[in-house]
Amino acid sequence: MSGKRGWPVGEALHEVSLTVNGVVRQARVPARRLLSDFLRHDLGLTGTHVGCEHGVCGCCTVLLDGAPVRSCLTFAVTVAGQEITTVEGLAGPDGEPSPVQRAFAECHALQCGFCTPGFLCTVTALLRDNPEPDELHIVEGISGNLCRCTGYQNIVKAVGRAAELAREGGEGTA
Amino acid sequence: MKPPPFDYHAPHDLDEALAVLAGTGGDGKVLAGGQSLIPLMNMRLAAPAHLVDINRLAGLATVEAGADGVRVGALARHAEVERSERVAQVQPLLRSALGHVAHPVIRNRGTVVGSLAHADPSAELPAVLAVLGGSVRVARHGAPPRDVPAGEFFLGPLEPALAPGELAVSAFFPAVPPRTGTAFVEVARRHGDYAMAGVAAVVTLDDDQRIAAALVACVSAGPVPVVLDLTAACGRRPAASTDWAAVAAEVRDRVDPDGDIHATAGYRRHLTGVLARRALRIAAAEAAGEYGWTDER
Ligand SMILES: Cc1cc2nc3c(=O)[nH]c(=O)nc-3n(C[C@H](O)[C@H](O)[C@H](O)COP(=O)(O)OP(=O)(O)OC[C@H]3O[C@@H](n4cnc5c(N)ncnc54)[C@H](O)[C@@H]3O)c2cc1C
Ligand code: FES
Ligand code: FES
Repeated sequence: MSGKRGWPVGEALHEVSLTVNGVVRQARVPARRLLSDFLRHDLGLTGTHVGCEHGVCGCCTVLLDGAPVRSCLTFAVTVAGQEITTVEGLAGPDGEPSPVQRAFAECHALQCGFCTPGFLCTVTALLRDNPEPDELHIVEGISGNLCRCTGYQNIVKAVGRAAELAREGGEGTA
Repeated sequence: MKPPPFDYHAPHDLDEALAVLAGTGGDGKVLAGGQSLIPLMNMRLAAPAHLVDINRLAGLATVEAGADGVRVGALARHAEVERSERVAQVQPLLRSALGHVAHPVIRNRGTVVGSLAHADPSAELPAVLAVLGGSVRVARHGAPPRDVPAGEFFLGPLEPALAPGELAVSAFFPAVPPRTGTAFVEVARRHGDYAMAGVAAVVTLDDDQRIAAALVACVSAGPVPVVLDLTAACGRRPAASTDWAAVAAEVRDRVDPDGDIHATAGYRRHLTGVLARRALRIAAAEAAGEYGWTDER
């Protein structure tokens, strides 16, 4: 038997409020609601993709207070009150793609695009922490994200290119 | 692939957490970084009736590195401990092992103490705690905290010495003594995977640069981290004239790994010998002050 919004009757719901891409968003969910499903189903932000739901593929990576984390291995209640950035929040206020997004397009770093939101979030944080990574740092940095299409070469190139674009663009664009 | 329901508790301080945990009887589990527990719940391999979330216990998010060692609080994430220059000075084995724990993104969330409490024999940090002779501080409601030595903390696979209602509040990793070097090496099928075999080593030299003590802890080589004292096998000789083949043979004889689809028991045994030799040589070189030394295989 199901009750409120399809949750089993009797399951306690929690009011969870998060700042997502700069906007305060809330929903009533059980404690077992994964952050990935909270974003996708409760908030309708389907840019965050879900592949494996056990931490291996990296598709669901989002930024939590700026640091990349697996949204499939985080309960939404745990991070109530914190700030989340999803792929939908990476572009500039006018919709201008970020340097990382531009570099991925320029270097053909995506084919089907399923893995791309996770890569974009991971790489955005990587370049913020290390604006001039060498190839070893790039490969280590993206080692937790799987891509079944590209063969990774163009993704590695795109990270280097994004670092260049961010430098050309000056402050605050990465 | 969705977790089963549970009653959620979000205490704000340690006393409240211990009281809540005591109240859940045997059905309560602590939720730290969730990087091991949530996959198990998503796969429905774990279904705790209560979760006590310690992510609001800011007082446990501590990393203290002093002359005697490093104390890591239960909410300190892998990434924070790995980044700390002070930790790397006091106990460099932590940083070298943490680089092998999952991927950077997982390390942003997973905790050092959670990894010890998970007690996976394939995990790096239990071996580090074991080889250093560290300890875990365990608290429960209405009783003073107790320090459990590493040798008594790991009872079996995924079986720490934590009774229902107990919470690990911190772990202590002793500092490296003088003239001592450490190393962590492993082989995994892919970068970031759990190791097929791995070895943490600590070597102390005497005044004449001879090996005075040599200890290893082996990963994925038994139900708990397997600590071996190889001081006698190394003989009191400088690293350059040590009989490394004999040391590796002794390691192979003394470990008893299981086989699985990724590696047979025999292969793991062989690998553990090779890695022990490699780790001991790197640690001995570091003890001698030869930083940047690499193994010539
Ligand atoms: C893709 C992937 C790859 C990984 N690879 C590795 C690897 O190569 N090596 C490795 O070591 N780990 C690996 N991990 C696991 C990771 O290191 C975890 O962070 C760690 O094992 C557990 O820490 P946690 O804080 O996430 O604990 P949680 O998942 O929150 O908890 C794990 C267990 O410990 C208990 N627990 C946690 N904290 C406490 C406490 N303070 N007191 C009492 N009980 C407690 C919980 O109840 C639970 O049973 C990997 C994880 C993933 C998802
Ligand atoms: S869906 Fe989260 S890591 Fe695969
Ligand atoms: S572009 Fe298809 S999985 Fe990466």
